[in-house]
Amino acid sequence: MRKALAVGRKELHQIIRDRRTLSILLLAPVLFLLLYGYALNFDIKHVTLAVEDRDATPESRALIAAFVNSGYFDLVASVNDDRAIDHLMDRNQIRAALVIPERTGRAIANGRAASVQVLVNGDNANTASAVMGYALTIVQSASASLLVEQRGLRIAPPVSAEPRIWYNPQLESTLFLVPGLIAFIGMITGAVSTALSIVREKERGTWEQVRMAPISTPAYVVGKTIPYLAISIASAMAIMVAAMALFGLPMRGSWLDLLLAVSLFLVGAVGTGMLISTLSDSQLVAFQVVLIVAFLPTFILSGFIFPIASMPVPIQMVTLIVPARYFLVALRGIVLKGISVVMVWQELLALVVYAVAMLGLASMRLARERG
Amino acid sequence: MHLAPHIAHSTKDQALVMSRAPVMNPIVVRDLTRRFGQFVAVDHVSFDVHAGEIFGFLGSNGAGKSTTIRMLCGLLRPTSGSATVGGLDVAVDPEGVKRRIGYMSQKFSLYEMLTVGQNIRFYAGLYGLPRDRYAERRRFVLDMAGLVGRENVRARDLPGGWRQRLALGCAILHEPPILFLDEPTGGVDPLSRRQFWDLINQLSASGVTVLVTTHYLDEAEYCHRLALIHAGRLAALGTTAELKQVFTSRPIVEIRSGDAVAAMRALDAMPEVEKTSLFGTAVHAVLQSARVQPAAVADRLRADGFDVRSAVEVPPSLEDVFLDVVEKAGRA
Repeated sequence: MRKALAVGRKELHQIIRDRRTLSILLLAPVLFLLLYGYALNFDIKHVTLAVEDRDATPESRALIAAFVNSGYFDLVASVNDDRAIDHLMDRNQIRAALVIPERTGRAIANGRAASVQVLVNGDNANTASAVMGYALTIVQSASASLLVEQRGLRIAPPVSAEPRIWYNPQLESTLFLVPGLIAFIGMITGAVSTALSIVREKERGTWEQVRMAPISTPAYVVGKTIPYLAISIASAMAIMVAAMALFGLPMRGSWLDLLLAVSLFLVGAVGTGMLISTLSDSQLVAFQVVLIVAFLPTFILSGFIFPIASMPVPIQMVTLIVPARYFLVALRGIVLKGISVVMVWQELLALVVYAVAMLGLASMRLARERG
Repeated sequence: MHLAPHIAHSTKDQALVMSRAPVMNPIVVRDLTRRFGQFVAVDHVSFDVHAGEIFGFLGSNGAGKSTTIRMLCGLLRPTSGSATVGGLDVAVDPEGVKRRIGYMSQKFSLYEMLTVGQNIRFYAGLYGLPRDRYAERRRFVLDMAGLVGRENVRARDLPGGWRQRLALGCAILHEPPILFLDEPTGGVDPLSRRQFWDLINQLSASGVTVLVTTHYLDEAEYCHRLALIHAGRLAALGTTAELKQVFTSRPIVEIRSGDAVAAMRALDAMPEVEKTSLFGTAVHAVLQSARVQPAAVADRLRADGFDVRSAVEVPPSLEDVFLDVVEKAGRA
């Protein structure tokens, strides 16, 4: 154990002296937090809108006002013909257009059905469907209030859904993304820095020297990884605090539960880095392998951005071996829902299994290297 | 300078060595063999190294030197045969072997980003030195390497010679009775090499057994005994003087003449010349027997139209021996 501590202290000295490692460990989390927190945002606001009001009645103006007041649309142009809409859409000056035909106001006044046209730029399917959803909701509520206003009638629809969204009532995607970010950054600091630090020793020849010393493989590996694990855990917790301050992320669960989940995940990440380091002899190869084995799955197959439930079944099977998948469920549960670790014990167990498997495989390979 | 490491660290160690055999050699190698698949890297190598001896392990790259050292250090399992280091079988107790040896390689395996002091502290921790002994050994290493006052300099900012001595110091922090040096002087200036060998001589004089691999033939002259290894086999073993005896009945003539390469070809054609090799601008010709006179060879060359400036018998150099041994091993 004293030897492991000697190794850990040396590693810490090295991290402090090596600007490259230090910047991976400290700057990457900050960069990713700002980048993903601010830029990766699925909320759609300020949709540029053009209006072609051929009716020009109080009713039509009320509808336009409903669009503008919703907060989702910015009225940027009023036009008189369809060609102008084409023109604006082609130049990307608008993403949506509202066309109110003649006699709409009179039709409404006479109690006849009237229809308006909503045009949406479909080049980005996600945005388009969200914009269409907003537009339909606005039109519906506007027509409901017209009914009330003009006839004093209250006709309740036979069935109405009353949506209520728990844990993230404003549906802010940031709240959903930040836990994923912790997983992502944990993989970088945990797996990448561990893998690179061992492979660097192989490249420089110090690995050989250390193997000549009477220190067991487990003691060496434990000593070497403790600093990275500690720094990764600290940086994950720092991201949490920063996200709370910057993006208003709530922390509804217990910090101790969070620490437990984060630590389990990061032990697995460090183990992954260690296993990769036994498979490669150069930092370049190690980095590429980490990218493919740890980085991309954490990004794509974990439910960080793309929901696992909507993936094809074979891909869903693949996600079963991605630790971030389980980590994210636990993390979102603890942070957003405020549940205790007991309720995500299966996910935590999966993380333990993953960590044990990685560390076991890595030790086996290290022991064989010695033989 | 004080250079007297304790041979054994505890009475237990001493008792262990005593009980095995009173005059057991620190390194005993018997039919040591290592295969990698079909390739035989080390092929039935046997030798002994005596206590306090500087034992040179000579051979070209890929001859099997490093594989042998790795087996002796407990890093690699022998395929067959045996080796005991410090009285312990390397295959049975590799960790025990590691406690008794020091190892330093050509790469000077220091952590370049760390300071002199941090490197020493790390290796002391790796070998589990107790605190009081650490302070004493640290002073010793700084003193030996001439690095007193430079504890806070990064290893990578040190000149090659200092770095090499620091690496040696780190390898003997725990006062091992046996020291392995794997091509320790690559890329170091001649003066530093000289100082380094002075240190090795002092260690040897204080009782440390040193096994050193090298392909610098001039360095081999510092060794008490040499093993020549070629293609995984032990091709020759003995003191420098003993090794040179292969030439007692075959004098070597050093010939300086105009066109050395053409002269070599002409000499090869003569029946009294066994073989030739180029040494700088001169040609070394090994004669078939001691009865052939160097002057006669020179005369025949002149008859062939060569401008021979000198032709004198020279004592065999280690390079002559090495080439001769390798050639014979190749023919066998």
